[in-house]
Amino acid sequence: MNKFVVLVLMAILSQFNVVSAEIISVAPEYEQRYKHILSELRCLVCQNQTVAESSSGLANDLRIEVKEMLERGATDQEILTFMSDRYGDFVLYNPPIKPRTFLLWIGPFLLLVGGIIFALILVKRRAKNITDNQLSEHEKQRLKDLLDEKNNQEDKNKE
Amino acid sequence: MIRFLIPVLIFLVLTGFLFVGLYKDPSLVPSPLIGKPVPIFAASTLRDAEKIITNNDIQGDYALVNVWATWCAACKQEHAVLVYFAEKLQVPIYGLNYKDDRASAINWLQQYGDPYVVNIFDESGRIGIDFGVYGAPETFLVDRNGIIQHKLVGIMTPDVWEKQFSPKIQQITSKVTK
Amino acid sequence: MVAEIGQFALVIALCLAVAQSIIPLIGAHRNNLSWMSVGRTAASGQFLFLLISFVCLTYCFVTNDFSVLYVANNSNTKLPVYYQISAVWGAHEGSLLLWVLALSAWGFAVSIFSRALPADMIARVLAVMGMIGIGFILFTLLTSNPFERLFPAAVEGRDLNPLLQDPGLVIHPPMLYMGYVGFSVAFAFAIAALLSGKLDSAWVRWSRPWASVAWVFLTIGIALGSWWAYHELGWGGWWFWDPVENASFMPWLVGTALIHSLTVTEKRSTFKSWTILLSILAFSLSLLGTFLVRSGVLVSVHSFASDPARGVYILGFLAVVVGGSLTLYAWRATQFTVGGRFELVSKETMLLINNVLLVVAMITILIGTLYPLFLDALGLPKLSVGPPYFSAVFVPLMLPLVVLMGIGPIAKWRRVPVKELFSQLKVFLLLGVALGIILPLAIYRDTTVMTTIGIAAAAWAILTALYVVLRLIVKRDGSTSIGKAYSKIPRAMLGMMIAHIGIGVFILGVVFTSAFSDQKEISVKFGEEVGLAGYTFVLEKVTGIQGANYQAMRGSVNVTKQAVPVVTLYPEKRIYTVQRNPMTEPGIQTGVFRDLYVSLGEPINDNEWGFRIYYRPFIQWVWIGTLLMAMGGLLGAMDKRYRNLSKANAKRNSVPHTTPT
Repeated sequence: MNKFVVLVLMAILSQFNVVSAEIISVAPEYEQRYKHILSELRCLVCQNQTVAESSSGLANDLRIEVKEMLERGATDQEILTFMSDRYGDFVLYNPPIKPRTFLLWIGPFLLLVGGIIFALILVKRRAKNITDNQLSEHEKQRLKDLLDEKNNQEDKNKE
Repeated sequence: MIRFLIPVLIFLVLTGFLFVGLYKDPSLVPSPLIGKPVPIFAASTLRDAEKIITNNDIQGDYALVNVWATWCAACKQEHAVLVYFAEKLQVPIYGLNYKDDRASAINWLQQYGDPYVVNIFDESGRIGIDFGVYGAPETFLVDRNGIIQHKLVGIMTPDVWEKQFSPKIQQITSKVTK
Repeated sequence: MVAEIGQFALVIALCLAVAQSIIPLIGAHRNNLSWMSVGRTAASGQFLFLLISFVCLTYCFVTNDFSVLYVANNSNTKLPVYYQISAVWGAHEGSLLLWVLALSAWGFAVSIFSRALPADMIARVLAVMGMIGIGFILFTLLTSNPFERLFPAAVEGRDLNPLLQDPGLVIHPPMLYMGYVGFSVAFAFAIAALLSGKLDSAWVRWSRPWASVAWVFLTIGIALGSWWAYHELGWGGWWFWDPVENASFMPWLVGTALIHSLTVTEKRSTFKSWTILLSILAFSLSLLGTFLVRSGVLVSVHSFASDPARGVYILGFLAVVVGGSLTLYAWRATQFTVGGRFELVSKETMLLINNVLLVVAMITILIGTLYPLFLDALGLPKLSVGPPYFSAVFVPLMLPLVVLMGIGPIAKWRRVPVKELFSQLKVFLLLGVALGIILPLAIYRDTTVMTTIGIAAAAWAILTALYVVLRLIVKRDGSTSIGKAYSKIPRAMLGMMIAHIGIGVFILGVVFTSAFSDQKEISVKFGEEVGLAGYTFVLEKVTGIQGANYQAMRGSVNVTKQAVPVVTLYPEKRIYTVQRNPMTEPGIQTGVFRDLYVSLGEPINDNEWGFRIYYRPFIQWVWIGTLLMAMGGLLGAMDKRYRNLSKANAKRNSVPHTTPT
């Protein structure tokens, strides 16, 4: 029975074209770079997996390609360029810095600087314009709140 | 106060983008090869392992390069259309037999008809990588200078031909006659 | 028959939602109490009928009624009952029904717990929630009716997506939706404040616990989602910066900002219009998240069957709700008074910076998630924005936030001398840095700059949080006992500190697991030894087993450490009978300090298999940390001052409540 199930499942698995996905072993000196490059490549077949994770045939071919390029002495950048020349920037999970990605890369830091400056101006203005000796709108509010709170306290004590 | 209007303005722009995005297919990846020459390759032909075919062999006023394989279910669907194009419309189609088994590919052509001028046999899928193939079937349109003008990912249908390929082909070939 | 009852109940709920959104609003405008009180009745009724509708759909699932299209598409007779129940929200139509049910549950909760609220405020709040209800019930009925019949009925169902057949996924969506939808309460409060022009500290004390509880649900929901990804996807990862994950993370970040800004508004009645804006944003981002997931505008692992008609509907709804409320905001928010005075170095400023950082982080994720869509819409070449981008941009934004987290809680309102702050905190600064250097070296004999900074930040967060609480106990006056001193600490403060400790624990987990994880992907013969991180893994055999609705190949993996047996793991490769996709079910041994994680790859031949092993140190701390955050949030929401307020107000308001005019 067991043997039979295994055989049937193997047959089913083979339909998915995944059995061929052999394990690629890389020389230890390249291993770190190999893993890193694969994790930054997006598989185009399953689109939400990296080439490292995908079990598709294409991902497997690309793994072999990366391995062989590493062995030929290609730099990481050369390998990534090789991929984006063929599949477009879509294949790179780490978007390259180009005019059309300026907003993507610089945007957050511009926002941060802008946000902090805005906050500081606000604080400065707050510290200068509002003086404590006049009873402003907010002070009246606060006084009312304090009184409310006191009332609550009394209500509570009565219970 | 203008600053209170900022959020709603940003939101309006965002909505505009989202609306346009609704009518786009996010999974479609345009090829960076468009406008570039056909990748350099040299491989054996499908029917004759001794015979070598290279990128220079793709000739004519225009040509299609069709990526197919016997393991690809959608290719079977497409095949009849290709046969029709080749026979009735005299469309020159070069096949790129992608990651396939030689015997079963030849068998398939005998069984369903052979629309191809010649087939490039790409057993390892290396040429496929150079073409940026990510899902068979795919079809490239190449002009007489060997420049890729258009790429279709998915099944070729008469409708797709009419809408995407015919106008391009007209453009390419009319340039030639001038 | 049952399906028709369910649909009918849905229609009645729609009618009640219409009543709920119109009548109380007119009542509030005309100051007519009996009209206002309709809101509460309608909210309860809406909840009741949606519950009926939901139970009907569940009944169809449990009884295998394959004449209902949705059931036929997502269930199967062989599916275990608990998955038949969770299959109710396993696809688009049913999860929408769960969405509206959650929404009405919040409406119902508001109508119960807010009896003490001023009648016109509760009327406005419930009316706004009713309007949201109309939008979503209509959406369900018009584009995604789960009760649609299939004729002729299917003989057998097409089964639930195997990826969703996991315990984590049984409770993840309900939690997430409770969180998403929970922000509708804070949103409704904000709209009510804009409509009435009243925003006092009582308003804050009303809306704050609601925001906190919604935040707690969202926190748990997100944590469960990541736990599911870790257990089900078979890659040992827990966060992928996938669009759907980002969609839930954005409202979380804004919700976190909201909780903090509510503190300032409550204590110092300042940042009012900002708090209102955050309340609107938190819910708007929940809606945006729903749109992104449902419309298919982005490529995602979780992509549900998408349909442009649905996308257009939600986008239209989004435009009305968010566009409308932001316009209302632009028009009315100018009237709120500017609050109290504070100086550059003060608690107010720190919370302001906290808010700036959180909102910038949210916008960053928004930009990163939508950038591919922006480029596509502009006709530019496509690109992908993935984990490398997000970690490069997100981490530098979070680091100052963690630093502030240690200072903020002990800083005083209005003004705090820098010297005083420094003298209190310098010990922790030094201790944090020391731990950052020592801990990784002591445990793993290795470190990097980023690891040191990360661990230092985590230690700083935990130590300063402990200090805030312990200080109150140590510095008690001699007559009070420790227990008494402890019980005197306000729950809100205790909750905050637990949440902050949770963040420290979370960071520890993230830093250690990303710095010292190890993995191997190899092919092994049966009986072959593979070493990883000091452990030896041996794949003994692979046997076939028969599950309820799947067949599987189960590997037995013996794990030893220096010849001492540790555990036997059973990773599986499953083929579900109906959908026939191969699924990977990893074998995991969970530990406090490390997880061992193995998953089967593909068979190479009869006695050789592809095999992946992962060593994941401290990964559980990621979820322990999030759990602590959620607990802290819950504790904070239960603070006495919110409860007392409701009692006191109930007394004061009880007279006009019972006498309708």
